Amino acid sequence: MTPTAKAFLLHGGLVLALVAGHFILPEYHQGNLARIMALAVYAMGYNVLFGYSGLLSLGHAMFFSAGMYGMGLSVQHLGFGAGPAFVCGILAGVVLATAVGVLALRTTGVAFMIVTLMFSQAVFLTILYFTPWTRGDEGFVIQPVDRMLFGIDLSDATYRYFAALVLFAIVMLATSRLIQAPFGRVLIAIRENEERTRMLGYDVYRHKLGAVILSGTISAVSGAAYGLLFGYVGASFASVQYSILPLLWVLLGGAGTIVGPFLGTLFMFYLIDLTSSITTAYMLLAGAALVLLTLFAPEGLAGSFRRRLAPWLP
Amino acid sequence: MTTNDKKDLLATRRDILKGAAAGAGALAATSALPGFVRYAQAQSSEPIKIGFQVHRTGIGAAYGRWYDRVTTAAAKLINDGGGINGRPVEIIAEDDGTDPKRGAEVVEKFASQHKCDIAYGTLFSHVVMGSAPRAGELKIPYFVVSEGHHVASGALNRYTLQPGICDVKSQVKSMAPFVTQNLGKKVTMIFPDYAFGHDHRDFFSAAVEANGGQIIEKIAIPPTETSFTRYFPKIPRETEVIYHVMVGPAVLTFVKEMGEFYGPNKPQIFGFIDSLEAVDLNSPGLEFLDGTYFWEGMPRYAQADQTPYDKFYRDHVGVDGNGASTADAKDVSTYAHMFGCWETLFVIKAGMEAAGYQGTGDRTKLIEAVEAMTDMAQSNEHPQGAKRFNGKTHQVFGPQYISKVEGGKLVVQHQTSIEDGLYDDEVDYTTQAL
Repeated sequence: MTPTAKAFLLHGGLVLALVAGHFILPEYHQGNLARIMALAVYAMGYNVLFGYSGLLSLGHAMFFSAGMYGMGLSVQHLGFGAGPAFVCGILAGVVLATAVGVLALRTTGVAFMIVTLMFSQAVFLTILYFTPWTRGDEGFVIQPVDRMLFGIDLSDATYRYFAALVLFAIVMLATSRLIQAPFGRVLIAIRENEERTRMLGYDVYRHKLGAVILSGTISAVSGAAYGLLFGYVGASFASVQYSILPLLWVLLGGAGTIVGPFLGTLFMFYLIDLTSSITTAYMLLAGAALVLLTLFAPEGLAGSFRRRLAPWLP
Repeated sequence: MTTNDKKDLLATRRDILKGAAAGAGALAATSALPGFVRYAQAQSSEPIKIGFQVHRTGIGAAYGRWYDRVTTAAAKLINDGGGINGRPVEIIAEDDGTDPKRGAEVVEKFASQHKCDIAYGTLFSHVVMGSAPRAGELKIPYFVVSEGHHVASGALNRYTLQPGICDVKSQVKSMAPFVTQNLGKKVTMIFPDYAFGHDHRDFFSAAVEANGGQIIEKIAIPPTETSFTRYFPKIPRETEVIYHVMVGPAVLTFVKEMGEFYGPNKPQIFGFIDSLEAVDLNSPGLEFLDGTYFWEGMPRYAQADQTPYDKFYRDHVGVDGNGASTADAKDVSTYAHMFGCWETLFVIKAGMEAAGYQGTGDRTKLIEAVEAMTDMAQSNEHPQGAKRFNGKTHQVFGPQYISKVEGGKLVVQHQTSIEDGLYDDEVDYTTQAL
């Protein structure tokens, strides 16, 4: 079997397993999986920049919240329906990612991390500054009547699950295709050796800018979807914590792998969910688990799987 | 390192990972158990499960600690008295991290995994806002103890109720007459530049102007600010009253710097005790507050005319006459807010009894029973004062207390009436389908 066929089977199998999950798992875990799939899209967006392009951003919450607020504000103040509002969220992400990319890519390495962090904080404070429109830290609710997409009620548990699954599958397929395409190959080349890629005649800046825009847009898709699926838009999603989380998810799952972001999000979600029921020091337990995982599987779950058993894993 | 060594090491790592996976699986199974456990006894002996969404970590942890104690004390009292409809009450607490995303997940956990009858307990407004949509979708009654205006504003849904604590709009409306009639008519407001502060700015401005006063300056302070000296020169000279509602860890610095700015010649100062909940008034730097006024939801210090209901409540929760834990005098309570947990649990009890509540199938009856409530007398169940519940807006109204700092203690100067805090309905939740 060719590596491509194996990858197709793996990813297709994951999607089928998630479909089956809806019919097999208890209600609580179905709800969790819907969240995890929506957030895994965010992690996949982050992975495009970090895992495949080698650019470490500490400010991706700005893209996630751009999508969320682009969607939410257009519902709240312009009276848009779920479909147009979702498109507004994506456009907000595209515009912000383009602007941030143009400015932040003038830096590299640690400076890039700091610049993205600062931009993200600026977005967070902007949301608080415009509290009369955004309701600041308190946020606002997207009512069920505004969450009807093509006649589908996204506040319904079953529709929400499958909407999250469809989105997850589309983004997984798209990122999988992306890294096989020439553009994606160049991104990987930049990650491995930027100077050599430039010497080979590729326009490194344009490719990196493209990666920032793609990554930011996918993150915005996730933010807009999350707001629509769960009915809440709030500034906490723009805080620094939500910039660190996708980094952790990708590192845990395996940077530069297609399924890694999903596995990392799944692992982290249940780590918090289970340990917080046991002790208030759950972040300590979560931290210890992360240290152990980093020690024994430094390439993340999917990365270790690829190194040891499945070198074909994309 | 030899090849064999590497193999051994790999095997060890695999074993550890397998062990970890097995452990995680066992943990998951344990966690999933509550959803599958079935009581062997008859339905009538099963406990009524109340999911308690508590801020154990995050910015609300100080409030959460005391909300937890009050909830435990109230649940014990209810169980000692025979429970609700002959069934014991079981409090199932989950930490929401004072985070709206986690808050919503916790509500799902109550409804879908723990199979709780209701969810209850949240304080911080953003956690309520993040969680309430899921409560509505899961059709689980969600009793919040938040004092936010979000419930009565109509932003939420019919499954979300606030029957144990007044909202901020009612609080500031009822206090404005005291401020304009006793302290001064020219008011400068200092408030945090986010939703909580903006609610105060908007509601208090309207209330002051309705009472013949005037807001002459509104000073919004960014939430990230750690020093406030540059804001004080913005306070107009003709200011007669400073109204402040600063919250968070920087509040001690705020008060200290305001004291240094004014010295002994300060204007009248009126603040929200939110600024100093869980903080000892005799902390160094707070001497400046002597002679200033505070709103209190419920008087922290036992007053000379203490009601037997307040005494009963303090004794059961474990709070001394200074508002601190009887076990540790330095552990100051969040007295102005936490009574809301006590009163909400007794409203839930009364609602379940009125509805003949037997199980989750009766959730809609419970909502309707609470919506039908109106006046509640001051009692051991309502130690803060008499209440009036508005079934249409799902919001309760009650008295407020205005206290003055005298000798390091808060002494009540004025108690508002229920009528002082009433305002026109902004929503009728009873028109929404259950």
